[in-house]
Amino acid sequence: MNELGFPILSLMMAVPMAGALLCLFASAPQARQVALVATLADLVLGLLLWLNFDQSAGHAQWQFQEYAPIFGRFAWAMGIDGIALTLIALTVFLMPICILASWDSIEKRVGEYMAAFLFMETLMIGVFAAQDLFLFYIFFEAGLIPMYLIIGIWGGVNRIYASYKFFLYTLLGSVLMLIAMLWMAREAGSTDIPTLMAYSFDPKVQTWLWLAFFASFAVKMPMWPVHTWLPDAHVQAPTAGSVILAGVLLKMGGYGFIRFSLPMFPEASAQFAWLVFGLSMVAVVYTSLVALVQSDMKKLIAYSSVAHMAIVTVGLFAFNQAGIEGAMMVMLGHGLVSGALFLCVGVIYDRLHTREIDRYGGLSINMPKYALLFMLFTMASVGLPGTSNFVGEFLALMGVYQASSWVALVATTGIILGAAYMLYLYRRICFGDQKNADAAAMPDLSPRELVMLVPIGLSVLWMGVYPESFLAPMRADVQAIVARMAPAAPEGDAKLTAGKPHAAPAEHENHEATNEHGGPETAAEAH
Amino acid sequence: MFDTASLMMTLPELVLTAGGLILMMVAAYAGDGAARLVGWLSVATLALAGWTLCPAWATSGEAFDGLYRADAFGAFAKVLIYVAAAVSIIVAPRFFETGRAIRAEYPILILFASAGMGLMVSAGDMLTLYVGLELNSLAAYVLASFMRQDGRSAEAGLKYFVLGALASGILLYGVSLLYGFTGSTSYAGISTALSDGLSHGELFGLVFVLTGLAFKISAVPFHMWTPDVYEGAPTPVTAFFASAPKVAAMGLTVRVAMEAMGGAVHEWQQIVIFVALASILFGAVAAIGQTNIKRLLAYSSINNVGFALIGLAAGTREGVAAVMSYLAIYVVMTLGSFLCVLQMRDKDGNPVEDIASLAGLSQTRKGLAAAFAIFMFSLAGIPPLMGFWAKFLVFDAAVAAGMTGLAAFGIAMSVVGAFYYLKIIKTIYFDEPAAGYAPAASRLESALIAVSAAVIVIGYFFNPLLDSVSAAAAAALH
Repeated sequence: MNELGFPILSLMMAVPMAGALLCLFASAPQARQVALVATLADLVLGLLLWLNFDQSAGHAQWQFQEYAPIFGRFAWAMGIDGIALTLIALTVFLMPICILASWDSIEKRVGEYMAAFLFMETLMIGVFAAQDLFLFYIFFEAGLIPMYLIIGIWGGVNRIYASYKFFLYTLLGSVLMLIAMLWMAREAGSTDIPTLMAYSFDPKVQTWLWLAFFASFAVKMPMWPVHTWLPDAHVQAPTAGSVILAGVLLKMGGYGFIRFSLPMFPEASAQFAWLVFGLSMVAVVYTSLVALVQSDMKKLIAYSSVAHMAIVTVGLFAFNQAGIEGAMMVMLGHGLVSGALFLCVGVIYDRLHTREIDRYGGLSINMPKYALLFMLFTMASVGLPGTSNFVGEFLALMGVYQASSWVALVATTGIILGAAYMLYLYRRICFGDQKNADAAAMPDLSPRELVMLVPIGLSVLWMGVYPESFLAPMRADVQAIVARMAPAAPEGDAKLTAGKPHAAPAEHENHEATNEHGGPETAAEAH
Repeated sequence: MFDTASLMMTLPELVLTAGGLILMMVAAYAGDGAARLVGWLSVATLALAGWTLCPAWATSGEAFDGLYRADAFGAFAKVLIYVAAAVSIIVAPRFFETGRAIRAEYPILILFASAGMGLMVSAGDMLTLYVGLELNSLAAYVLASFMRQDGRSAEAGLKYFVLGALASGILLYGVSLLYGFTGSTSYAGISTALSDGLSHGELFGLVFVLTGLAFKISAVPFHMWTPDVYEGAPTPVTAFFASAPKVAAMGLTVRVAMEAMGGAVHEWQQIVIFVALASILFGAVAAIGQTNIKRLLAYSSINNVGFALIGLAAGTREGVAAVMSYLAIYVVMTLGSFLCVLQMRDKDGNPVEDIASLAGLSQTRKGLAAAFAIFMFSLAGIPPLMGFWAKFLVFDAAVAAGMTGLAAFGIAMSVVGAFYYLKIIKTIYFDEPAAGYAPAASRLESALIAVSAAVIVIGYFFNPLLDSVSAAAAAALH
């Protein structure tokens, strides 16, 4: 079975599933409690998973594996590596917070709401833990159902348009991926993801397969120009829906690139890196500028998500350790920070029922605790050193600098523009005069809201101060991907070489020679 | 004297025919008061006919010198047909209860139609095929106009009859051409004659036969009758039309294409590909503007036939297995949807067919709303529901046969189809409650809905079974 003696991944999926069924038949207060207990239980299981994950040198790449060929054409195959581990941890960490965020703000059809969220949690864990191609697809697609219902039933005024758009956009992206998967399973004779990751597809076919997967992940990510569903979905979704959308669902796109596109189609990835870079550069600049002029808080954060995700994609396609590790860190950091920012919006939306930025002002006077936490998350979103996003963005940009200095240059403007729109947002909401009496009368954070926001704040600082905790589990997996892609990796324009010491002893010269021989990647590792 | 072996092979049809005749006598003497009894006895007859198909004692082989073939393919299709027929009988009395007395002919007509459909899927000869088809069609024409006093029902019956007769004529013309140019009406004989290249006459025959069959499975461009007939016919009859005859006609088409025309795969493949894509596209686009739920489901059935035909277009054994699995899942989804439609009655118990009346159903009748949503998501092909698996199998077969472009186009079109299924879910879940329906009156119907919804949700656990049965059915074709 596995290291723990019981199928922990299946259990982590079964707990919220059982909770969801219970919620369907429970009264509103009961449903809230059931949901909270189920998500907290999953959080405990998640911690257990993390603590038991073998991080020692030379550990097995895939851990906690389960295998049951019960579905005929495909199997119930579960297993995680470090990359999946961190994303599952992010999921189970955000879920109880989502439930708390919906505690009072959701009043109608509470049981169904909680059931939809718990079902969503099951599917998200399934996506990250699935080791069978078609099992992955089923979880990946099934997530549309609860999210469609969450946006459509509990969303804002324009919720129906947003829910359709979300559903059809992502569905259209995904179905082509299914055809590619069918072909791959035929060609490789296996639906096992680790097997497929090691299989070498014909480079000519890779082009098509890559494009089919790209159609799905680019929409999910979302990349410019197929990002337009995201602002609509975010604005209309209830607060917790936005948190889960920004926090976890977008990460499925990045996870897809790391798990499928890069290791399975390395040649095609190298071939299309320019496309990803191009779209990402546009996204960074364009969506940041769009975010700058938003008057709706949620829309602003939604556009900032697109910009941050573009930094993820450039990092992923940098074809080196720093880039991919950075992309992962941005995903984790953004999951926490954007989730927290949506919660911050939700906190004041619950009080005043408007997301219009102009309706607020001077909140630091009457809501000092709120202003402090909001400041922390704003700074984290900007990428201030000491916060989670700094680590990720720095690594990702460092990685992409080795691949292309121009891309790095344009992508870095995202940080400057990010500082502009986030600080501008913060100034308009928290500083200045208290121009609206009703906004000035809002009470500060309640204990429930503090319980939601403080853990995220602490994690953001932890990730910023000691990122090794998060980098260590995934290091070997990223190395494996980089090694897999190495033969196809395009040559970067940054010809890094190690510096030449003046009086070089003999053994040093040897070392240097191997460095130069190994190309830019190894040279970069050496410093 | 008697060909006992052949008779044993045709036992399911014999049981249905004998049962139908006896029950007709019962109905004639006991009158319409015995309608419910006759209904249950008909279900029992169907069960008995199904029981004779059990592989433990059923004999397989060629009966009556190849006119009829008893094999796993026919048995699989027949089981689906009998299940669908039984459900259509069970739900009928309550539908006819309000204002329209049920008559005892209803279940008997379904029995005869089932016997005809059994012949269709087991035919080994064009003439057996035609006899079965007509037996089914004649019963179906009467069923469509079963509510004589209702103008829409009478119109449906007439339309069905005229267009059905036209289709039969075209089919028969095709058969006569094939007979004239190949010298045989048996599948085996035609197949042998076609294997050495296709003459113009044979090609014409093939096209006409396929045209006639396309009418019967209501594939675009021969689908025009479907929405009108589905809308006009009484709802239990529509449920029957959308399930059993679809299985029979698809099974028949698959057998004719693979067995009789097996030598001319490349010729009919083009036709099937066109018909499949046209059905998917038209079924998806035309459904968007519908306001009547039965009409919408009619377009949905056209759409689904298109997907099933993709499996046939692959022209491989795997494709046939995919079609059979598709039909099995489709029957459950369709019957489930129509069972839900049967629940749509206003406070006085009159049937409602307006999609707008579903508004806010999730707040007035949670269970029904959930079941409806499950069927709609499943028809849209969203995992983890079984409708996805049906599509998965046919697309997998198409990809395996090297038709990646066809699969990609078909699946992209399924997104268009998803839109109108979503529209129903939106009406049920997102809109403010409308007038509301009468509470569920029949535990039996509720139980049937629950069972079919459960099958759609947890069906993946039956995948190995479905795979092996479909594979056996496909392997039975020559």
